[in-house]
Amino acid sequence: MAFLEVRGLHKSYVGRRRTTPVLGGVDLAVDEGEFVAIVGYSGSGKTTLVSLIAGLLAPDAGTIVLDGVPVTEPGPERGIVFQQYSLLPWMTVYENVALAVDAVNAGAVATERRRLADDLVALVGLAAARDKRPHQLSGGMRQRVAVARGLGMAPKVLLMDEPFSALDALTRATLQDELMRIWGERRCTVILITNDVDEAILLADRIYPMTPGPGAVLGAPIEVALPRPRSRRHMSLTPAYQKARQAIVEFLKAARAS
Amino acid sequence: MSPATIKKIVLPGLGLLVVLVLWTVISQTVAHDLPSPARTWAESRRYVLEPFFKDGEMNQGIGRLALYSLVRVAKGYALALLLGTPIGFLLGLSRSFHASFDPIVQFLRPISPLAWLPLGLVIFQKSEPAAVFTIALCAMWPTVINTAVGVRSIGQEYLNVGRVLKLPRWKMLTKIIVPATLPYVFTGYRLSLGLAWLVIVAAEMLTGTPGVGGFLWQEYNSLVYSHIILSVITIGAIGLLLDRLMGLVEARVKAG
Repeated sequence: MAFLEVRGLHKSYVGRRRTTPVLGGVDLAVDEGEFVAIVGYSGSGKTTLVSLIAGLLAPDAGTIVLDGVPVTEPGPERGIVFQQYSLLPWMTVYENVALAVDAVNAGAVATERRRLADDLVALVGLAAARDKRPHQLSGGMRQRVAVARGLGMAPKVLLMDEPFSALDALTRATLQDELMRIWGERRCTVILITNDVDEAILLADRIYPMTPGPGAVLGAPIEVALPRPRSRRHMSLTPAYQKARQAIVEFLKAARAS
Repeated sequence: MSPATIKKIVLPGLGLLVVLVLWTVISQTVAHDLPSPARTWAESRRYVLEPFFKDGEMNQGIGRLALYSLVRVAKGYALALLLGTPIGFLLGLSRSFHASFDPIVQFLRPISPLAWLPLGLVIFQKSEPAAVFTIALCAMWPTVINTAVGVRSIGQEYLNVGRVLKLPRWKMLTKIIVPATLPYVFTGYRLSLGLAWLVIVAAEMLTGTPGVGGFLWQEYNSLVYSHIILSVITIGAIGLLLDRLMGLVEARVKAG
């Protein structure tokens, strides 16, 4: 059994008039230390899938097992970086990160917890903005805080729900590089949800394409055979990139046409 | 003159002038018992220019009277916040508490201070605690309701952060629910203060306690009508001041 195993996941939203099937039997397997991306059109149910793995929603059918333990409720071992950052506006950068660090290290002494939180703030390059509030930060900086908070949960798997979709192209590229660097240092298991094929190829080991739904499912995973460390400058010229990109785009096009 | 000075000084001054003219006309034509602005000032100047003199229990400078009223309102208001804030949080947090007590809150809310005061006198047997009780009971509802609404409108995204972190109940409350609700709570506090000040006149009139409201009623009975106007103006000015003050506090809280 894989480190994270999702089997036959079904989820529908029940409205007053009709029931809309969102996920129609999602299967997914992620190994420990692997970086997996899920790519699909907007509105295909990617956020629903993340919420289910996070335990924030309950599935109608199917199972999610992480490291041998079935998922039944939210928990910090499935850390999450929300699409809209979800930083607490009444807390500083440090306090937002420390909230997560303190929650999962309740047994540790205060100085140790402070060091952990400060390290994370520094890791995402925000040491200078440590005592600022979210409204004083740019979108890119806010998302860095959210990443630091996600890592602060010391998760077995870090779920990232379109983390860079609200950012401008330049900031997005910088943050992708940063995430690549951080992942190189920490090697945690990551599931990245995105609608950006290039982002998925740059960052992930394997990519699951998602059908547009309703009743979305995942296609067969596509390996990204690019060696690490990767560089976006030459990536697009390599056959491995072109092969992966073509496979994903063809799957998504075919899924939309059907 | 810049448009800003016209808007901030000239136009409000013009509005005041219109009111004074109307007041004078009414006092000269329809209501001959109503003192004119000039007479009001002549008969009130000592109360305003020596605001803290004291000749007797009910004959004191307007500043001293206002102070009595303010202290009384402060007591009632403090009690209103002390009771209203936790009730508001409970209404917002607990479905069963809401189901049990929301109907009662809605029922008690529209009851006038004039109705509560005699009951306060029956319960406490003394005018001072009865007045404080009435102020608290009438002023607490905006705090209760705004707090409850605030708790119920906390963004799901904030609650999800707490759920993912598995925060214990107490931390969920202090780190997420209370700070997220604070702007609503302070809107409630501002509205409650306005109400507390509104109630003071009624409370002092009925109990005959010294204060602006008590003075107003006593001067009506003594046929010194100009002092009624003096009291009314004082009440309005202090009410406005309190509202502006709470507005500043509220803005600070909302700015985080």
